[in-house]
Amino acid sequence: MRQITYAEALKEVMSQEIKANENVFILGEDIGIYGGAFGVTNGMESELGRDKVLSTPISEAAISGVAVGAALTGMRPILELQFSDFITIAMDQIVNQAAKLRYMNGGKGSIPMVVRTPGGSGAGFAAQHSQSLEAWMTHIPGLKVVQPSTPYDAKGLFKAALDDDNPVIFYEHKLLYGIRGEVPEETYSIPLGKADIKREGSDVTVVATSIMVHRALQAADQLKKEGISVEVIDPRTLVPLDIDTIVNSVKKTNRAVVVYEAVQRGGYGAEIASLINESEAFDYLDAPVTRLGGKAVPIPYNPNLEKKAVPQVEDIVNAVKSTLVTLAK
Amino acid sequence: MKTSCANYISEIGRDRLKDMLYQMLLIRRFEETVERLFMQGKIHGTMHLCIGQEPTAVGACAALTNEDKITSTHRGHGHCIAKGTDVPRMMAELLGKKTGHCKGKGGSMHIADLEKGNLGANGIVAGGLPIACGAALTSLKKQAGFVVVCFFGDGATNEGSFHESLNLASIWNLPVIFFCENNQYGMSGNIKEMTKIEHLSERASSYGIPGEIVDGTDVLQVYEVTAKAVERARNGEGPTLIEAKTYRWKGHSRSDARKYRAREEEQDWMNNKDGIKSFREQLLRDRAVTEQEVIEIEERVKQLLEEATEFAENSPEPSIESLEADVYA
Ligand SMILES: Cc1ncc(C[n+]2csc(CCOP(=O)(O)OP(=O)(O)O)c2C)c(N)n1
Ligand SMILES: [Mg+2]
Repeated sequence: MRQITYAEALKEVMSQEIKANENVFILGEDIGIYGGAFGVTNGMESELGRDKVLSTPISEAAISGVAVGAALTGMRPILELQFSDFITIAMDQIVNQAAKLRYMNGGKGSIPMVVRTPGGSGAGFAAQHSQSLEAWMTHIPGLKVVQPSTPYDAKGLFKAALDDDNPVIFYEHKLLYGIRGEVPEETYSIPLGKADIKREGSDVTVVATSIMVHRALQAADQLKKEGISVEVIDPRTLVPLDIDTIVNSVKKTNRAVVVYEAVQRGGYGAEIASLINESEAFDYLDAPVTRLGGKAVPIPYNPNLEKKAVPQVEDIVNAVKSTLVTLAK
Repeated sequence: MKTSCANYISEIGRDRLKDMLYQMLLIRRFEETVERLFMQGKIHGTMHLCIGQEPTAVGACAALTNEDKITSTHRGHGHCIAKGTDVPRMMAELLGKKTGHCKGKGGSMHIADLEKGNLGANGIVAGGLPIACGAALTSLKKQAGFVVVCFFGDGATNEGSFHESLNLASIWNLPVIFFCENNQYGMSGNIKEMTKIEHLSERASSYGIPGEIVDGTDVLQVYEVTAKAVERARNGEGPTLIEAKTYRWKGHSRSDARKYRAREEEQDWMNNKDGIKSFREQLLRDRAVTEQEVIEIEERVKQLLEEATEFAENSPEPSIESLEADVYA
């Protein structure tokens, strides 16, 4: 099968959907001739026209609300928020409006909108352009939260997100835009709430999200040389979460490490760890479920410090090893 | 027509005029050096150069005392230098070194020098406007007598923060000068397509404050108009909005192919509206400086930048332990 990048997969599915459904359009800052801050929408304006690809002023509060209003009245907008840090400015419309309108209206109306936004560190953009704030969104009833880690998943999950009648926050990752992978040309849908076992193994389950899926896979390669077999599970969507796949894996491996880039404290990994503890997998555990997340620091500019702020491959290797030496009484 | 230097020789003295030329040259050569270091891979992340905009930074800051404050933007190297910061430590910050103004944790987008009254660059468009109002409120509460110049771009005027800040500053009569560097573009968005008004200074009338337009390539005009606004602010007459028409010669950041504007337009600004070239010619014509003095100024700039680069390159990296320093919660 042909290989394309994560960014190309996203552009392809957006273009296909915009052509297929007259209600779909995209809006965002610098998404026209500039192609977006990370080039995802490159060429879309010239191909689809300015009434499908709306370049907006720098007004996150307004454009997120515009997406809500358009969605409520029959459109299916895609909003590109240039960096996920800027969700802070869009927060009222996403949290107080989009997430709740349907419920507050007694179930009437729907808000079919997707907010696409890149998170994560590693590009040297420092503290205000490198955060991983997805846990905030998962805390809000009424928002679905997606975090694709591969080009294939990005395309399929995006289609499912766009077909959903409710607001979806779709977290991309700056360091993943350039990775290549096999992606079918035709559209396809990966249901929200279905985890993917990225690698089978028998000694430890590593639940990892976004860029951490790739680091976990590298760690698994290294650990294999030492005779340790790691199963890597990518939940792909945080809300809804496919806890069953995770629980079944832990019942098999008896150990789990949850790896995520966001600040460990209060991150979504804590939720996953708790769900494992509260599940039938508890009786199978040979060690406490552990979390490996980012340090509780703003992302620093210096590249060495920046790396140290979030889990790297070696950190995952070490976390897996320490969970293996912990024996339950 | 550029403002003639003749009147200024008696008003503010030759030395200060020479200093303005020195500072503008220092900013330009600083940016050229930074660009080179970036290309050599010695600076990571991103950077936003202000080449072409030197007269706004220098003219506005020339109207300030040491005690006065500024808030700056992502395109903030010029503001920082014009407010009198130590250039070697600034260069060290851009290289992410321990000796940098922010110990290597801030980088280009977050340079701050509180001792010199630079409250900080900002990675968030329009993030500095409310902070400037807060600092101006301190000045009022403590009767400290300082004023605050708040720099921001044309794109920032479409953020809610801009409007909320201008309104608040006007009703509280805050000693703040809102200084808009209208370089005609956001990242790619042409301001003519992002607002319906001809001049951004017109926005002042909505808030009942004066709005001024200046030629942002004329350092003396910038100085004069800012000095008037500063005087108003110090006299308790409240804020002013100044719009300086200018142009950034380079792309928005390192990864900009500049597809959204014509090469002819760039050439026109670079060849015909170079604020440094015209000021130098003016100074020579009005006999405020001699050819020899101009050569000496160039030489001083060159030396300082060589020193700065050497200092930065030879400075140590921040220690890994410093990652969690200065985090208090
Ligand atoms: C809240 C927010 N939205 C978007 C961005 C991304 N961004 C950084 S600079 C920029 C353009 C800013 O334009 P302007 O205010 O005119 O300043 P200039 O870059 O021209 O100096 C954009 C969109 C950001 N940093 N913060
Ligand atoms: Mg601008």
